[in-house]
Amino acid sequence: MLEKKVINTRAYKQDYFPPIPTATTKFFRSCAIWQFFRFVIINLKMIKVVSKSHH
Amino acid sequence: MARVVILGAGVSGHTTASFLGKWLGKKHEIIVVSPNKNWNWIPSNIWVGVGAMQPKDVIFELEPVYKKINVNFKQAKATTIHPEGDASHAGGFVTIEYTGQGKEGTTETVEYDYLVNATGPKLNFAATEGLGPDNGHTVSVCTYGHAEHASEELAAAIERMQKGEKLKFVIGTGHGMCTCQGAAFEYIFNVEQVIREAGVRDNAEIYWLSNEYEMGDFGMGGMHIKRGGYITNGKVFTESIMAERGIKWITQAHVSKVEKGIIHYEQLDGTIGKLAFDFSMLIPPFAGVGLKAFNKAGEEITDKVFAPNGFMKVDADYTPKPYEEWRAADWPKTYQTPLYKNIFAAGIAFAPPHLISKPMQSVNGTPINPTPPRTGMPSGMIGKAVALSIRDMVNGAVEPTHTASMAEMGAACVASVGHGFFKGGAAAMTVFPVVPDFEKYPDFGRDTDLTFGEVGLAGHWIKHTLHHLFLHKAKLRPGWTLIPE
Repeated sequence: MLEKKVINTRAYKQDYFPPIPTATTKFFRSCAIWQFFRFVIINLKMIKVVSKSHH
Repeated sequence: MARVVILGAGVSGHTTASFLGKWLGKKHEIIVVSPNKNWNWIPSNIWVGVGAMQPKDVIFELEPVYKKINVNFKQAKATTIHPEGDASHAGGFVTIEYTGQGKEGTTETVEYDYLVNATGPKLNFAATEGLGPDNGHTVSVCTYGHAEHASEELAAAIERMQKGEKLKFVIGTGHGMCTCQGAAFEYIFNVEQVIREAGVRDNAEIYWLSNEYEMGDFGMGGMHIKRGGYITNGKVFTESIMAERGIKWITQAHVSKVEKGIIHYEQLDGTIGKLAFDFSMLIPPFAGVGLKAFNKAGEEITDKVFAPNGFMKVDADYTPKPYEEWRAADWPKTYQTPLYKNIFAAGIAFAPPHLISKPMQSVNGTPINPTPPRTGMPSGMIGKAVALSIRDMVNGAVEPTHTASMAEMGAACVASVGHGFFKGGAAAMTVFPVVPDFEKYPDFGRDTDLTFGEVGLAGHWIKHTLHHLFLHKAKLRPGWTLIPE
């Protein structure tokens, strides 16, 4: 008798529908040089949010 | 000489006390009443809850800090407010009961010229049978003590998995009316990360269980961010992070009961479900701390001063109206109470005019919707605005001079995981304003340039920087006033 093997484990499951980061996206998320620039940019955005929040 | 009494020393109360101490402490009397002798940087309790930090890393003793700025600290809890005084007090006073300083159980009356209620929330575990670490079956990260206990339970679960057991983890909200989803959101990723680092991720099934209508609601009606050429709902952003880490999610859920190893829940569509668990951290609903108010004749006026949920009524528009008619202008600006002009409520202690997320009920009539979050940044800004107004009123102003409406301020949230400079990651998010203003921003209720979310190492660095910066500020170390709320 042939052994049944489950091949499709993901389709139509809950986690099949949201976007999943590509290898490139993951690389940039952890690339220290790129993240240093993001650190500066996110901080500038946060400072802008804070400055617009104080009255 | 004026006397300002501040009830509570959380983010909001401590901010008010710090600034009033600096501005008025030498000429006037500033008194802080708080049942806990320590200040706690609550956002970092998440790291205590996974063993990455110890309680000592997120707390410090308040009294020595207050001595620097001439603030008198009473380790006590307030029980009653008498805004009109009584037969033996000409002016307003509060009754307090000591919880420390060698006077445990002793009661005292403290008169005031100005009162700030910054008592924060009561963690209402009793709202759900079986919820919480004291009389229930779930853990919590709401206090540093709870978080330390959660860390011990998590370590024990990991040890079981290392011996080959397969375990279920459930993290989220423990009632249909909870807020603070952001804390649970950060905790679930920290738990997942710790389990992964322990090499037992394959033995763990992890669930997010929440009262949000959709993922990413966070009690503020969700958010929209620019991503990949589109303006995308935060649901996509948060579901993506969950899916990437193999976490399953159940939303629109009111937890009705927790038994040992089983969570019972109801969903908006009427589904009644059960979820088995071996480790669960569910945030409790919040309520006011239970202060009572009395008039000069000694008659109780609690229902005039406080909303039914125990939070204090302030200068908000509490007129009931449908969701579609809610306005940014409904939200309080000065946090002055309408009945008593010398009383303010700051931080979590003020009663919001209504939810931010759309009210929902299950087909069985159970309310299932997040309540409004009042996180550290808004609480700090409200605390400072109240301090500025009281300073000016003490110096002669007739009305409050400063405002801090949650419909005119932003908030930042950084959910960070992992240890080390290069090994961590984080989801960094900001929203502006916290309460959507559909009159000013008709499409999404918010400024889409200042509302954003991003995953990466940078957010991890920011979270650690904020931890040290805010502890530095709260300890009133040199330059503390330069660090914004």
